[in-house]
Amino acid sequence: MEIAIIKYNAGNTQSVLFALQRLGYKAVVTDDKKILSNADKVIFPGVGNAGAAMQSLQLTGLDKLIPALTQPVLGVCVGMQLLCNYSEEANTNCLGIINTSVKKFVSATKKIPHMGWNTIYNFNSILLDGVKQHEFVYYVHSYYAALCNASIATTDYILPYSAMLQQDNFYGVQFHAEKSAKAGDKILLNFLQLT
Amino acid sequence: MLAKRIIPCLDIKDGRTVKGVNFVDIKDAGDPVALAVKYAEQGADELVFLDITATVERRKTLATLVKEIAAAINIPFTVGGGITTVKDVELLLHNGADKISVNSAAFRNPDILTQMSNAFGSQCVVLAIDTKKEADGEWYVYLNGGRVKTSSTTIEWATKAVEAGAGEILLTSMNNDGTKNGFALDITKALTGLLQVPVIASGGAGNMQHFKDVFVQANADAALAASIFHFGEIAIPDLKHYLQENDILMRI
Repeated sequence: MEIAIIKYNAGNTQSVLFALQRLGYKAVVTDDKKILSNADKVIFPGVGNAGAAMQSLQLTGLDKLIPALTQPVLGVCVGMQLLCNYSEEANTNCLGIINTSVKKFVSATKKIPHMGWNTIYNFNSILLDGVKQHEFVYYVHSYYAALCNASIATTDYILPYSAMLQQDNFYGVQFHAEKSAKAGDKILLNFLQLT
Repeated sequence: MLAKRIIPCLDIKDGRTVKGVNFVDIKDAGDPVALAVKYAEQGADELVFLDITATVERRKTLATLVKEIAAAINIPFTVGGGITTVKDVELLLHNGADKISVNSAAFRNPDILTQMSNAFGSQCVVLAIDTKKEADGEWYVYLNGGRVKTSSTTIEWATKAVEAGAGEILLTSMNNDGTKNGFALDITKALTGLLQVPVIASGGAGNMQHFKDVFVQANADAALAASIFHFGEIAIPDLKHYLQENDILMRI
């Protein structure tokens, strides 16, 4: 199986690559459109600012390629947010694959970013097979995707929001599955084993 | 709800763990990667590696070690010790560290906190503060591993550092460190009540009740300890079950 990790200037590729290695999978980190189009699985990581990340994708034309992919694609953290319509972060129009918007957490009492281990529930995807309801996963983020028809798992912080999303062959995890101990490993494995 | 975090800390010198580590079932107790894996399996929520190497080869050795750790564990980790520039941070993050911690260098030049948080986000910039309560009842900031006293109070410095870009505070009480008499509840509570960023309490853990106290009474977001974990005096699964039974949210 060919696994490709999308290379661009906002990718947290090293941690994802290591997680795949621990699970016994090899992957290539690439921005080569042909390799990405032909891969069996594509992982779309992301850290940092959604606006800068979109700009980077636009410069290389990956913003056109990604929505056209037909194999399973997994967006992680900002990678997931970029799959959505719009992000309040830097007022960014994203890839528009998943019909929801990404908003900034607002709270007078809760700390932002939302950082640490929180629980996921309301599962609705085979990506969560073998994961317990209310299992803990590791989060670091200040923006969240609102709940919508594509939500396949929920987390509560300040308000309930999309922990995971799915639209057709596009999947997204807001938390860092690659740093989420056994639960994260299981979700990654489920993604890699999608047929 | 966010879980409270339990964080073992490993001191590293020349790529090896130092200061008595005594795990019966680890063959090479000096191997930080083996220890890290052990702690991750036991349910540690995060790890901190503090590099105390003084040689010029330090940066390269540490980067190599960070890469090995990142490849081996599936939980986040922080690396600290001798970090002074954005380039230092970039090298460690690039090799797989999730956060870095800075101490004396940030006190001398708070602008580096701004540079680091602008470059990588404040969530990966941990400010470590060594603090000591003096006869006047104030908690002062100490530098260079506790050898140099400053005239700044911990509250003043922490407030300024968060404004500058620190995303988390790792607070070590020199009065409590090594005593096993419990964490410094008063200064921890003062900081958690004041700051908008998480506070990791460090120094003084001797029994499970001490962890409960620092979470319940001082509202710490995380608690860090070294020797009681290294010597197996408290096992992490036992600690987390104890805390959960005491109504503290734990990842179990």
